[in-house]
Formats: sequence, C-alpha cells, structure tokens
Amino acid sequence: MTDVAGTPILEAPIAEGSADQTMVLNMGPQHPSTHGVLRLVLEIDGEIVVRLYPEIGYLHTGIEKTCEAKFYQQVVPLTDRIDYLSPMHNNLCYCLAVEKLLELPIPDKAQWIRVLLSELTRLNSHLVWLGTHAMDIGALTVFLYTFREREDILRIFEDVSGQRMMTSYFRIGGLAMEPPLDFFDRVAAFIKTFPEKIDEYANLLTGNPIFVNRLQNVGMLSAEDAIALGVTGPPMRASGVDFDLRRDMPYSSYEKFEFKVPTSQRCDVWGRYLVRLEEMRESVKIIQQALDGMPDGPVKADAPKIVLPDREKMKTQMESLIHHFKIVTEGFAVPAGEVYQGIESSRGQMGYYVVSDGTAKPYRVHMRNPSFASLQALETMCRGRMLADVVAVIGSIDVVLGEIDR
Amino acid sequence: MSATLPDKESVLAKMAEHPAVAAINSAIPESFTDARWDRDELTLTIAREAIVAAARAVQRAGYNFLEDVTAVDWFPAIPRFQISYHIVSHSLKERIRLRVLIDEAEASLDTIIPVWPAANYYEREVFDLFGVRFDGHPNLRRIMMPEDWEGHPLRKDYPVEGYR
Repeated sequence: MTDVAGTPILEAPIAEGSADQTMVLNMGPQHPSTHGVLRLVLEIDGEIVVRLYPEIGYLHTGIEKTCEAKFYQQVVPLTDRIDYLSPMHNNLCYCLAVEKLLELPIPDKAQWIRVLLSELTRLNSHLVWLGTHAMDIGALTVFLYTFREREDILRIFEDVSGQRMMTSYFRIGGLAMEPPLDFFDRVAAFIKTFPEKIDEYANLLTGNPIFVNRLQNVGMLSAEDAIALGVTGPPMRASGVDFDLRRDMPYSSYEKFEFKVPTSQRCDVWGRYLVRLEEMRESVKIIQQALDGMPDGPVKADAPKIVLPDREKMKTQMESLIHHFKIVTEGFAVPAGEVYQGIESSRGQMGYYVVSDGTAKPYRVHMRNPSFASLQALETMCRGRMLADVVAVIGSIDVVLGEIDR
Repeated sequence: MSATLPDKESVLAKMAEHPAVAAINSAIPESFTDARWDRDELTLTIAREAIVAAARAVQRAGYNFLEDVTAVDWFPAIPRFQISYHIVSHSLKERIRLRVLIDEAEASLDTIIPVWPAANYYEREVFDLFGVRFDGHPNLRRIMMPEDWEGHPLRKDYPVEGYR
C-alpha cells in the first residue's frame, strides 16, 4: 500500500507549530520500564509530556494467522505464548470459545480446577506486576519478595502441568490430565501463608512516602475516558467502573463463588495499586472456596471424538487407540458458526473470537487483549504530566507486549 | 433461550423487544439487513453505510462499551470481508455483535471513532492485516507490520509460510 509506506515515523506525532519549543524523545523499545519492546515517541516541553505516541508491533509473530493453519487442539499451546504472565487465562478463554462452538458440556471438577488455576494465574501475574512496578518507582526490595512467592506458584504449575510458564493445561473438553495427588495440599499450603505475604508487601509500599508521592494523583483517567478508550480490568475499576466479567457475565462456574470486586474512585495510579492488591486477597478467597467445595468426578468431557483418551486406555483398548489416532492425525470437525468468549484476565477483559467453517481447522481466531486497548489511554493519562510519571503510568496499566503484538 | 434463530424474521418475531434489536430496528430499519441468534449470541448485520448510525443506536440503548473490532476474510465468497464489532453493556450485562459485509472492490467503511475512540487501534489493526480502509480515521497507518510491508497478512490469499 503506497499510502502507508514511506511516512516518516516521527512526522505525525509532532503538534503543528510547536516544533521550535519542544523536542522529540524516543523511549524504548529497549527501555527497562517498558516491560518488553514498547516504544514510545514522546514530544516533550522541558520535562512536560505534550504528546505521546506508542509504536507497537515489535513482537508481532502472526499468531492469528498461524492458528488458521492448525487443528483446533494444536492452537492451545500457541495461546500460552500470547500473554506469558497469564498463560492459563489464554488457555481458558480459547477452550471456552471452542467448547461453546461444539456445545460441549464440561464436568464440574474440571471447571472448578480451571477456576482455581485461573486465580493462581492472576496471583502470579499480579506478583510480577507488583514487583516490577515497585522496581520502576525505585522500591527494589519488593521485587525480591514477590518473586519468592511467584516461584511457589510456578512450582505448583510445574507440578500440575509439567511446565512452569507455557502450561497448556486446559484442553478443549476439560483438562490435560488429573492433577497429581499432592496438588490440592500444595495449593492449600500456599494460600494459607499468602495473605500474610500481601500484608508484607503492603507494609513495604502503602506507607512508603516516596512510593505514595510517586503514585498519588498521577495518571488520572476518568470513568468516561476509561469506557471510551476501551480500558478494562483493574485500571477501569480504579476509575470507579464496577464491572467484572467473573461476576457480571460468569463463565466456567464463577457464579458459584462468592467474592468482592474491588473498586476505587481515585482514578490514579495509586487507585490501581490498591485495586490490584485487594484483588489478590479476593483471589485467595476464591481459591479457598474452590479447595473446600471441589466436586468429584472426571476432569474430561465424555466426548471420545474430541477429547484424547487416557494413556492407559489408549494402550489397551482398540476403540481408544482409533480415536486417539483420528484426533491426532485429522483433528475433529467443529460445527460452523462464530462465537466470542470473554473472560476476566489479570489485565482486564480478554476475548477470543473463533469462527468455524465446519472443518477441523479454525477459519479465524482473533484475540481481544486487554493491554492492547489500555495502551490507547496512555496519552490521556500522561499528557501534561512529568516525563518521570510516564514510567509509573506504564506500570499501572500492566502492559504485556506479547499480548499487544501477538 | 438456546434455540437458533437463523434469520431476521425469526429474530424479530421472537426477540423484537430485545434492547439492541429494538434500537436498530427503529433507528435504521432499512439498513438492518440480517440477524441471527446462535449459541446465546446475537448477531445483527448492518448495511455498510449505516454502521455509525447503528453504533450510536446501540450506544443509546445501553451498550456502552466497545470491546473488539475485527474482520473475517471469506475469500473467494462475495462479499469478501466481514467486519465484526463486539459491544458490551455494563448495565444489561450482555454482549452483542454488529456485523458489516463489504466487498473487495469497495473495501472501506466509515470509522466509528466518533462513537467509541477505542476503535482507533482496532481499525488500524484491521486495515493493517486485512487492507480494509476506514474513512475518516485520523491515523490510518500500519500498526503491527513494518510501515513498508507489502500485502495484508490475514487475507486468505496470503500464504501462511514462505516470504510473500
């Protein structure tokens, strides 16, 4: 397309008539506070941000295109790689979307374990956010504390799925396998001590005058702007919009759990910090309820043409061997149609839009990722503020470039 | 309600009082070309010219949050491109899908940025990966691919492997 090629990248962001007083500054893509490869083109007047232009796409790997060439079950490991801090949310969202297309009921136990692991994933992601956010602000200690707890969560993930980060544990039709025998005990031991750890982080940060001054009244985003710009998740709830897909449009039996949706009217970075901290406490409650009420039963749907058989059965029963062979070599056909499945991920509303043309490969898979939309609000939050505040604001919307660029 | 309602007549017969259906049907009855209720999801197909009016109508009806804009390439079918808008209502706790079908020869439609500024990045993404133009978009440039890239990767006639 000739109309896009050859446009100098810095030409557009400069406000007309201001070029003699302001300067253009490149922040990223290798800046430590941009959490990956986010590049910001800033127009600054002294230290005040006049305009801000995010330049993204450095991590674009064409995952959506790759999905179209894979069988439905082969897409699951790709979804891990989109958001490397919350792989289970991506697994869950994709599996729910395909299960909706197939109209496949999922056993209760599988749903509850999905909820449990989703909340552990949320803790994992929020811990990384808290550690790196505090480190960007200058509070280096917290990082070491949060990564200590994150290690426990990653060990639980490794225990249950064999992988620390790219878990691929949720499959179409349920879970990959029964969790190991000690799984629930390990989770119980972890969440028993975890609330104290949250107090520990709060002790380090909530009363810390440097941290408080760097965060309060910085990065203001009104509720109207949040909705208009597509901001979701903790940043939206910190602007006073009380909406959480887990409670308001429940999926995977979230309607059976009791939890509060933390909100704040502060509209600033501090509010987002408080909301996320409170969300971690709520996640612990959900995990406790999941452990207490864990139903019995299978963890895979009774659909031999869709769900891979157990290893033992595959080796001993002819029928299972045939099903296994057919699923692996030919995939399974999914009825034609289009579905959109939204879930509440650590960063906000995630959505998978899956279109099927009736074959064994998805016709189109599109991911709606919360960071992608939240990035649009960056300029609104930073304009007219100090350059140093940009770092705090980026931290507060918790960007993961993997899911922005896909 | 889980049964499939395959076309506009059946949707209008069964769910005429649904806020989104009612809003679209009263605001732009002649541009409301098709509807479908399938797997608990409502899809309303709108004529190409009426997308901004449709967006305003559903926004007034309480669908306040634009969640996603994307496209599907139905190559070689005609019309070729389907643009899908997913809109959530915070008060009704419900999601609808608006759908516009456009042909390759006139692969452009009006931007909905005046209604929801959030559409900015999504429309750029559709432009970049599908080559569909959004008239009135303030900054319609490539967002994922390099600025000098040729072709639109998510089109079905663009190879998955190999270099262009």
